Amino acid sequence: MVAYLLRRIVQSVLILLGVSFITFLLLYVLPADPVRQIAGRSATAQTVQNIREQLGLDQPFFVQYWRYLSGLVQGDMGRSYLQKTEVSTLIAARLPATLLLMGAGILCELAIGLSMGVVAALRRGQTSDQALMIASFVAVSAPQFVVSLLLLYVFAVQLGWFPIGGYGTASHVVLPALALGIMGSGWYSRMMRSSMIDVLRQDFIRTAHAKGLTRSRIILRHALPNAILPVIAMIGIDIGIFMGGLVVVESVFGWPGIGQLAWQAIQRVDIPIIMGVTLVTACAIVIGNLLADIIAPLIDPRIKLR
Amino acid sequence: MSDATAAADTTLAEPGPWRRILRRKLAVFGLILIALVVIGAVFAPWIAPYAPDEQHFEGLTLEGAPLGPGGEFPLGTDLLGRDLFSRILYGARTSLIIGVVANGLALIIGTLIGLTAGYMRGWLGTVLMRFTDLMMAFPALLLAICLAAIFQPSLWIVALVIALVNWVQTARVIYTETTSLSERDFIAAEKTLGAGTGRILFHHILPHLVPTLIVWGTLGISTTVLLEATLSFLGVGVQPPTPSWGNIIFENQTYFQAAPWLVFFPGLAILLLALAFNLVGDALRDELDPTQRGRN
Repeated sequence: MVAYLLRRIVQSVLILLGVSFITFLLLYVLPADPVRQIAGRSATAQTVQNIREQLGLDQPFFVQYWRYLSGLVQGDMGRSYLQKTEVSTLIAARLPATLLLMGAGILCELAIGLSMGVVAALRRGQTSDQALMIASFVAVSAPQFVVSLLLLYVFAVQLGWFPIGGYGTASHVVLPALALGIMGSGWYSRMMRSSMIDVLRQDFIRTAHAKGLTRSRIILRHALPNAILPVIAMIGIDIGIFMGGLVVVESVFGWPGIGQLAWQAIQRVDIPIIMGVTLVTACAIVIGNLLADIIAPLIDPRIKLR
Repeated sequence: MSDATAAADTTLAEPGPWRRILRRKLAVFGLILIALVVIGAVFAPWIAPYAPDEQHFEGLTLEGAPLGPGGEFPLGTDLLGRDLFSRILYGARTSLIIGVVANGLALIIGTLIGLTAGYMRGWLGTVLMRFTDLMMAFPALLLAICLAAIFQPSLWIVALVIALVNWVQTARVIYTETTSLSERDFIAAEKTLGAGTGRILFHHILPHLVPTLIVWGTLGISTTVLLEATLSFLGVGVQPPTPSWGNIIFENQTYFQAAPWLVFFPGLAILLLALAFNLVGDALRDELDPTQRGRN
């Protein structure tokens, strides 16, 4: 177990190193010049040159990358080109909002998806099963920005139940969390359905029936706990897709999280912020995958760590 | 063999996978939707009531607001007084071109990497699969936005960007199947007979991967259509005036509270096309993938 963990952690660090290298390289070959953005249109050639030297952007690629990495291991992600603030400060300020939205979004995703899946499995082959599975297909095919705008239109503009955007109270979280969760709920309902169907076929369920337990007790105490765990463990693997949705949902709802930070930074060619957010996101994905792999054998002892 | 047993054989024989797909209502619904979008895209110049970029003076109210659906403009007009229905029809071309080209490219890249890594093993296989793992750790949408911002986005660049982000899943699936196929006896037999690597890969392994590729190719179009729409909605995808379902919403979103149809109709178009490919892809997976049989 310890050897396995160590190996996986080393692998994860290598992956993050690779992500940082590729992102740095991509941003280095960017045709849009960050210095021009900082200096403004009326800047003289001398000013532009000064800024370039100040930021170390006149150095060769590997020198720049090495500087960035050596800063990174000391916890220094550089400063934003435009806001002059430490990137780590900017991200730390935005992270709670994003984590809150992610938590609420995952909750929505699971609440909708798992209940749909369980109901469909129990009514397998009936009309309600088919209707739920069609609904799950619609959910996975609905673009998140359209869902966001429609939710806004119906529940904020027309009905006035929720605020149109922003951050602060509990009612601000509802619509963005739904917008984030609906797409994933489609996948989870399908996984939950087949997991539940698999469990209901097992011998121990037949034994429980034979013992004369009530149907509700069999489903709630015997089938559900077994069926639900492998599905919930999928969250760790899905985290990458989830992080992508954050950029869209945060920008539509004006949610002050790292997705919006990244999106604004991309538009302004603020390279240190783009680097920072990409790395933090990649970290989340790597940790999510790691957790999923560690949890899997705990849930199902037949799975062996390799 | 008598005629009677021959006749019994044909009735007992399972119909082929294509036949069985046509018995699934949802798959047929998906196929019809796809056919409608293809017809709309191909015959757009004949079906569309107006040119997609024609700004109509009478397409705006006296206050300069867009017109609602109905009347002269079936789905209403956009902020510039252009016919929304015509723009959506031409936008279908964008979605389909990107769906087919980007997804085709992603399939080719993914297959080549997965095949090579799965068959060669050794250092080359390790390097390729570690690279694939690395790509999995990238937040796909963020990467696509960065790439689209790096290149000046045009239709083909957007297709390329999407392909560069979307090949990863295919590579992993093909890798897994290739590793198990290359351990089978018939591959060992081919090697003993002196077949070259290229011949084994493309004549003996690739044909076994065709069902997987068909399934992933179909489901992938859905992902691609959604990704293109999202990029265009953020303004880093297909650029106006070329209509795309995503950039129609991008151009009009400031006005969507007063004119929700400008979000609703293009949004519905994206949803239906993605849904169609998901339905067909799912049916194909059930029919073509033996491990999925009898699971529903």
